[in-house]
Amino acid sequence: MIKVKINGQEQSWDGDPDLPLLWFLRDEAGLTGTKFGCGQALCGACTVIVDKEAVRSCITSINDVAGREVTTIEGLHPNGDHPVQKAWRQVNVPQCGFCQAGQIMQAAALLMDNPKPSHDQIREAMSGNICRCGCYQRIENAVHLASTGV
Amino acid sequence: MNFIENPTKLRGFEKPIKVEKVSRRSILKGLGITGGFVLAAPVMSRQAFAYETGAGKMPHGVVVDPRVFVAIAPDGTVTILAHRAEMGTGVRTSLPLIVAEEMEADWAKVKVQQAHGDEVKFGNQDTDGSRSTRHYLMPMRQIGASARTMLEQAAAKRWGVPATEVKAVNHEVVHSATSRKLGFGELAADAAKESVPSIEGLKLKDPKDFRYLGKGQVGIVDLHDITTGKARYGADVRLPGMKYAVIARPPVTGGKLVSFDSDAALKVPGVEKVMQVRGWPWPSKFQPLGGVAVIARNTGAAIKGRDALKLTWDDGANGKYDSVAYRKELEEASRKPGLVVRQEGDADAALKGADKIIVGEYYLPHLAHVSMEPPVAVADVKGDKAEIWAPVQSPGGTREDVAKTLGIPEGNVTVNVTLLGGGFGRKSKCDFALEAALLSKELGAPVKVQWTREDDVRHDFLHTVSVERIEAGLDKSGKVVAWRHRSVAPSIASTFAAGAKHEAPFELGMGLVDMPFEIANISCENPEAAAFTRIGWFRSVSNIPRAFAVQSMVGEIAAATGRDQKETLLALIGSPRIVKPAVKDMWNYGEPLDSYPIDTARLRKVVELVAEKGEWGRQVPKGHGLGIAVHRSFVSYIATIVEVAVDDKGKLTVPRVDTAIDCGTYVNPERIASQIEGAAIMGLSLAKYGEISFKDGKVEQKNFDDFQVLRMDESPVVTNVYIVPPGPDTPPSGVGEPGVPPFAPALMNAIFAATGKRIRSLPLGKQLEA
Repeated sequence: MIKVKINGQEQSWDGDPDLPLLWFLRDEAGLTGTKFGCGQALCGACTVIVDKEAVRSCITSINDVAGREVTTIEGLHPNGDHPVQKAWRQVNVPQCGFCQAGQIMQAAALLMDNPKPSHDQIREAMSGNICRCGCYQRIENAVHLASTGV
Repeated sequence: MNFIENPTKLRGFEKPIKVEKVSRRSILKGLGITGGFVLAAPVMSRQAFAYETGAGKMPHGVVVDPRVFVAIAPDGTVTILAHRAEMGTGVRTSLPLIVAEEMEADWAKVKVQQAHGDEVKFGNQDTDGSRSTRHYLMPMRQIGASARTMLEQAAAKRWGVPATEVKAVNHEVVHSATSRKLGFGELAADAAKESVPSIEGLKLKDPKDFRYLGKGQVGIVDLHDITTGKARYGADVRLPGMKYAVIARPPVTGGKLVSFDSDAALKVPGVEKVMQVRGWPWPSKFQPLGGVAVIARNTGAAIKGRDALKLTWDDGANGKYDSVAYRKELEEASRKPGLVVRQEGDADAALKGADKIIVGEYYLPHLAHVSMEPPVAVADVKGDKAEIWAPVQSPGGTREDVAKTLGIPEGNVTVNVTLLGGGFGRKSKCDFALEAALLSKELGAPVKVQWTREDDVRHDFLHTVSVERIEAGLDKSGKVVAWRHRSVAPSIASTFAAGAKHEAPFELGMGLVDMPFEIANISCENPEAAAFTRIGWFRSVSNIPRAFAVQSMVGEIAAATGRDQKETLLALIGSPRIVKPAVKDMWNYGEPLDSYPIDTARLRKVVELVAEKGEWGRQVPKGHGLGIAVHRSFVSYIATIVEVAVDDKGKLTVPRVDTAIDCGTYVNPERIASQIEGAAIMGLSLAKYGEISFKDGKVEQKNFDDFQVLRMDESPVVTNVYIVPPGPDTPPSGVGEPGVPPFAPALMNAIFAATGKRIRSLPLGKQLEA
């Protein structure tokens, strides 16, 4: 039995230990905020935070996070008012919105690690997350805004 | 099962992909918020518009009925239906906002509800062709005005006063003579009993009283849900007892399954069943390709099960499709005369007599849509009834196709439209929903069919591949006196009927025969080209290769004559006039030419506006260059200036992009800006990386590693958007698509300015590194 804490709640799994965390979250735990975009850690849509690090849940097995704490978009802030989320709304970042949970989790992890990133640092840290609609300018601005106080 | 307490190596814990530092101009450094959009003047300065659109000619036309689109609850909550699909353009907000504006509803008390697919009830729902605002601005205003009139009539009756004495104001109806007020909620029941007023007699709001339209102050309705993970896309639908499926499809279009062995797949934990899926012979419009489905308790198990299948395919007639060889065929075809689709003057003679001829052959390969949400659908088929949940651009079309595929009446099919995680034309084809319907019927259970990214890249309805060859003949003064443009590309029509060899009028009308230059001798030709894979609409469609060719040629003419790009462009556009090409069955994006003419005054205007705001001609550092391009598409006019920087190793960055758009009367300038910013990213993506190639009939790419799209570190440092204020009666025109076409040629013109290298073959790839 694999035990993992997801958004503060203990969850267990006794199926295939190699099951990617992404599919455990989405299909077994019903946490569909984390998105499937590529399955190969190429696009970042599935980004969650494990302990304090941004992780691609599509190539992380459920077994890899046993005993660890996973935070998904649903658990980032109880009211959805994490500074990154607030900044996102202030800047009107999303178009289709599908990649945004991954973008927000990546940005939240970046700010934990580096509370005042430069524009270059933002662009570098966020470049693993693809947005096909092309919201990059606004993402950059929102991360900057979140880092300077919303 | 295994249990590892302290894993030594954690897969998937990678840092984001490493990137090189982007050099940027110091002037842009340190600005808090970059980019932005500029509104030059208020919009909609008249009571009503004197224009007609092609809305009525779309399948099922337009329904203007407040009883269909608006509901008011006793507590005053106004529910407005969004009947078009949301894929990122903001339409789910914009159309209901128009209704709310006209009915004087307070947007804070409005709920938007997504309509299911029913075109008889709601009118045309095919969210495609940059048509939603264009076709529905006026109908939505009329619906709102009708609802307002009914509320006012109900209040007047209640008070026993003439309806002319009452007025709806911000969610209330007031009788100012007696200072009486009734809320919309209090009037709802009575208002619903009022007869619906005739459209002709409706009094529309004076645009100067608009609170929402044209202002850009209202965020999209899904903004909070998107930022908190609550927004529901196709993949997020969960039904009790639902199974998860992935499908192995024939690797070559038109291929067939010969045999399969499912023993190993069935041993994968969580896999429950392996079954064949019916396929249709190619071409079959949007019918499934067929293959083998793996059914499991979750998607991860289904994917692992599919990996374990042993499959044998018969590749069929398209098994020889090879992109390198096919390109040569297209190029050869472009060098010979083809079907003449526009002829003015005598281009042959004028070319023979020209002082100088400039020839450009421009190549654009197939492109994949790769919306961030790969195709996905949930179906629950019980007996002769089917319910679908899917991110589809055309829920009405999906309903029709599901009914046909299952052989049940259309009335027995319900299509629920989720949010679309991107569409770009891919999700106007409902093959994935049909697959889910077929599987659910056979399983007797609800099922979700999830496409992986590899499925998406390999089995897309691709953007066509094309060679555009232009010959421009110049006289001694450098004036262009002859223009011959041959366009060779397999047609989207080939997805609907076997043997289509010529482009359809709707493709020819996208930048070939509607070319707006003032040239005496013009010949547009369309040599034959056969398709060997599924071709479909991709955002902006044929405008991408056409604008690339035509606007690159403008840059080539400028270079050959030693003139400024912008001045050359304006000289070619010529005098302000209405262009009337000598073309039979001229396709104008489905719009009447009277309301939506090819107006070179507007074309010139966006060039001049972008040149002014974008500081055309400014001094740029060494290694930088400026390029400009303009293109009319989806009856809008867009001009773009790109500044490019190319370092000594050939590495390219884009410090600045400026775009001016004239999309007529508009609803939400904030969303227009976001569409245009995104179009620059998509334009740069396709110019830099976009290529789907075939070998032995199979797509050679599979995922974002070999079909790359632009990432943030390579995106333009700043993108500015300028919106042209519309004239009093300027009808609304497209926004979702027109931003893409001018980008690639503006970039290539900029690269030429920076390096002296002329790029005629996309994608750019490593061409600058040589």
